[in-house]
Parts: sequence; structure tokens; C-alpha cells
Amino acid sequence: MNYSYGLKRGIPIALGYLSVSFGFGIFASGSGLMPLEAILISMTNLTSAGQKAGVDVIATGGTLIEMIVTQLVINLRYSLMGISLTQKLNGKFTLWKRLLLSMGITDEIFAVASSEKENISPVYMLGLMTLPYVGWTMGTALGAFAGNVLPAALTEALGLALYSMFIAIIVPPAKKDKGILLACVIAAVLSCILFYIPIISQGFAIILCAVIAAALMAILHPVKHGEGGDAT
Amino acid sequence: MSFLVYLLAMALTTYLIRMIPFTVFRGKIKSRFLQDFLYYIPYAVLSAMTFPAIFYATENTAASIVGCMVALLLAFFEKSLLTASICACAAAFLVIWLG
Repeated sequence: MNYSYGLKRGIPIALGYLSVSFGFGIFASGSGLMPLEAILISMTNLTSAGQKAGVDVIATGGTLIEMIVTQLVINLRYSLMGISLTQKLNGKFTLWKRLLLSMGITDEIFAVASSEKENISPVYMLGLMTLPYVGWTMGTALGAFAGNVLPAALTEALGLALYSMFIAIIVPPAKKDKGILLACVIAAVLSCILFYIPIISQGFAIILCAVIAAALMAILHPVKHGEGGDAT
Repeated sequence: MSFLVYLLAMALTTYLIRMIPFTVFRGKIKSRFLQDFLYYIPYAVLSAMTFPAIFYATENTAASIVGCMVALLLAFFEKSLLTASICACAAAFLVIWLG
């Protein structure tokens, strides 16, 4: 679990980010932001849905309260991910390391870090964050400066990059563990229901679906001793 | 309102959401229920984020569905994250381009 192993694990995330943040760069300049502003947002936020919503608030001249509430609702899932990750940390995470490394809790970094078999170390987590951070920033810059040079079909297709990666993360463990499979199916079904009957915002819907699915499975299908390293 | 004020509000809110739980929770959670809950949470979150959003990831629903199928198939055969991701995008690109 050293730095270079983390770097390697971050490569697919970085490639996915390059394309998603490219889209964000195009979107931000289309919304009237300067390229430098788009880049600053990416460097300080590192979150796709939150940034898109944030640019909407800026573009429409929203209030600060609106900005804060939007970010809270959309990004609250990172709190849950943070709590989950604390159970996988080795003993070397001092306060300062936690303060720094929490910057890098994103959906993808969380997903890869929690799929590791062993407990994770601070240098591993730093390595894992490094390339995605660079990719996120560079993609935003490219999109903001030169978004219109790529053919539309290509930028469209790149929208699938991260979702495909999520699938590649969940399917292999779901094959081996019926509990994980069921948790995924329940979460997906609930998420579809809330998508087509939108009674709550989308950021909040994800948390709700995940919490219900995971709680149900924790009750119905407790993890057996020795199964799935981190839960023993 | 100036851009920097917005930026500060946005970045600070997002950072605190991440930092507080990660810094406050120390040591192992004892409750079996919570342990199991946290064991399932990553997969449940990813699944809820992917479905049904992946079907709308491009403006061409057929392309999105084809991309999703390719990703599922490659994931089933345990190909790497990168392979699954690139092939799904390539398949979707072909559908959009040919359509």
C-alpha cells in the first residue's frame, strides 16, 4: 500500500475525470465563466454534480444560501463515504493527514479505496488522489479553452466513462457475494423509482436509496465472519 | 456578487462535508449492524448513482444502453476498470456516429 501503488490505481479514475471535467469546462464557459474561474472551481471542489449545480447558481445570480444548500444536498454523500472509509484506515492517519486527505474523497476515489483488500495508508491515499486531481484540473482547462474542437459525438460518448467504471467496480464483488448483489439491485430499483417520480432532489435521492439498501441488507444478510475483510 | 465569494462558499461547504466525518470518526465501529451497513454502503451508493443515470449519460438513449451493456459484460468477465470504461465509450461513440 505505497504511493506508487496508489498512483497506479488512480489511472483509470484520472482518465474518466479527464473526460468528465472536459465536459464541465465546456459547460462552465458556456455558462459565461472565464476559463480561469472554471479551473479554480475544479481545483477547489473536485466534485462533478456539485460543480455543475454551483455554476448554475453563479450563472443565475443565486444567493449564497442557495449555493450552500445546493452543495450540502448534492455532496452530503461524501460524509457517508468518509465515515465508511474511516473503518479502513491504518493507524497512520494523524489529524493533519485527515484534514488534507479528506479533500480527495470523491465517488470514484472512495470506490477504489474501499475495494482494496487491506487497510489503506496515508501515502496510498495520497497516491490514489494525485492523478485524478491532475486529470480533473487539466480536463477542465482543456474543455474551457478548447471545448469546441472535439467532435460532438466523442464528447457525448465520454459521458459514459465514469458510469462504466462504477459498473466495473460493483459487478465482480456482486458475482461472489449475494448480499452485495442484492444491495446493488435494491439501490438501483429505488433510484429508478425516485428518478421517474422525483419527490426529492437527485443528490438526496442517491443517499436515501443507498442508505435503505445497505440497511436492509445489513439486517437481512449480515456479513459472515471472515467474509469481506473490512467488516470483521 | 463577486465570483470569489461564490467560489469560497462552494469550496468551503464541500470541504467541510468531507472533512468533518473523516476527522471525527476514529477507531473501529463496534456495532455489527453498522459494520455490515458500512460494508454494503459503497456498492449501494455506486449502484444508485449509476442507475438510471447511465441511460441518460448521452443524448442518444440507444448509445447509452449499448455502452451500459458493454460495461456490464466486460465487468462480468472481470476486465479492468480502464478497459470497461474505454470500451463502453467506444461502443457508444460508434452508435452515435453510425446513427
